[in-house]
Amino acid sequence: MKPSSKNPNWNLLGLLPAHLIMLLTLIIPIGIIIVVSFSTRGPYGGFEYVFTTAPYKQLLFNEGWTGELEFNPQYLIVVARTLLLSAVTTSICLLLSFPVAYFIALQRPTIKVLLIYLVTLPFWVSMIVRVYSWIIILGKDGVIEKTLRGLGLVDQMDSLLFGNTAMLLGLVYSYIPLMILPIFASIEKLDPALIEASHDLYGNRLTTLRRVILPLTRPGMIAGAILVFVPSLGAVLEPTLLGGGKTMMMGNLIQLQFGGARNWPLGAAIAIVLMAAVMVFLIFQGLRSMRSEGLERAA
Amino acid sequence: MSTDNDVRRYPGFGLFSAIFFAYLYLPIAVVVFYSFNANRIVSNWGGFSLHWYATALSNANLMTAVKTSLLVAAVATVASTLVALMAALVLVRGRNVRFRRISEAVVNLPLLLPEIVVAVAVLILFSEVGLANGMVKLMIAHTTFCIPFAFLPIRARLQGMDLDLEEAARDLYATGWVAFRRVTLPLILPGVFAGAMLAFVISMDDFITSNLLNSGGATTLPVYIFSLIKQGVSPQLNAISTLIMVVSVVLATVAFLLQRRQ
Repeated sequence: MKPSSKNPNWNLLGLLPAHLIMLLTLIIPIGIIIVVSFSTRGPYGGFEYVFTTAPYKQLLFNEGWTGELEFNPQYLIVVARTLLLSAVTTSICLLLSFPVAYFIALQRPTIKVLLIYLVTLPFWVSMIVRVYSWIIILGKDGVIEKTLRGLGLVDQMDSLLFGNTAMLLGLVYSYIPLMILPIFASIEKLDPALIEASHDLYGNRLTTLRRVILPLTRPGMIAGAILVFVPSLGAVLEPTLLGGGKTMMMGNLIQLQFGGARNWPLGAAIAIVLMAAVMVFLIFQGLRSMRSEGLERAA
Repeated sequence: MSTDNDVRRYPGFGLFSAIFFAYLYLPIAVVVFYSFNANRIVSNWGGFSLHWYATALSNANLMTAVKTSLLVAAVATVASTLVALMAALVLVRGRNVRFRRISEAVVNLPLLLPEIVVAVAVLILFSEVGLANGMVKLMIAHTTFCIPFAFLPIRARLQGMDLDLEEAARDLYATGWVAFRRVTLPLILPGVFAGAMLAFVISMDDFITSNLLNSGGATTLPVYIFSLIKQGVSPQLNAISTLIMVVSVVLATVAFLLQRRQ
């Protein structure tokens, strides 16, 4: 089993199962998704291998009775909402995570371990249960409504559930541990002497934060932004349970096309758009972190 | 280091963190609290009761879903951990490995894609191949996306391992296999356990893929819970959620302690 230099076949043998599984269950099927996105919709769901660009046209246009194309922004709105909500989620997670990660990093070792354990714990608790908990809190007769009514602050109120705000709350809640951990790791690596040096040079706390701490913990923030932004883009549970049927994100729109709507080619086309968005973001962040690594080496 | 005028400290971060942890745990506490509510209507407190736990535990559909989830997770955990261990040994320890970075990216591919894309990929694959058995579909799909979760802790453990020990074993005329079984494997075992546990939890928790593949009579626990949520908030749902959380917390704690013990 052990890879050895005398017998280089071990390298191949050890990697073969993992690569074969990824090739057969992901890489080739993603190729098929691309093919399906250019295929004709089957009469009872599924698809037929007849080339068409209709699924992509359908993303932007409605086909009228006489075949004329009429601009319809319904899917474009879903794409825009997905990008916007994911960006806002990532920003909120960044703002909330930094002080918490910084605070944890300064604690005594035992307390530090305990707090990191508390940050990771929700990640282990069932995602669906965590999203569900927000239904009890935000829903009709939910915890928030009851509390406000109990305090006599409101009499009647609209349900807080179903909409962009509820989805945003759910997304931040779901993914924030993934932001705290990498930021914490990069703060831990920070040399305290640099902060002291900044103060010795008459930099106050704010200047030190802005000029020393934040730039040096950027790799952690970039890593955290990737870990939060990518799953937010593909979120399914949060929009389905907290967004209601009308305010959709790409994740549950894709699921709908492969489920109830039975329009596989359209679903495949949206999946391709989603994948493209993720790839553009990853390449962009990759370039940025390469640049900041370069700066670090130069410094 | 912890004096009051420590230049590294920022005022307000402590309070902010306290509020943050409250935010992190209050929703969970709400679910647990209402699971003990005797009243059928969730948000009207009707006294303490364990009634809903009894209802949950005697729910046949729930038990079937738990069995399905456990079986799928067990198979996916064993398969993905073995595959990940083999890959990690080559990628961390192997000499002259070509395309190491690309190879590692391929092993971690499920992490680079949104899960709904992974789900669509396997759905189309199974429909093209004509595989109809729901359980087999779930086992294959779960193995695929569990591999990186098993891989990362094992890789971390291998990277932190002292090569001298293995070389000492070889100097004492241990063969490659004996050195691996008697020296390497015991040393990386905590990483392997942590990886297996993470894979198990990821599989048990999966909703997106299992829901899209949901056919052929294989409904997993999260998919069953989803169907309950669609019917509306109920105290029984809170009891089920609490039971799941208790199991998750126990597993998370064991995994955490395993990783700390270095």
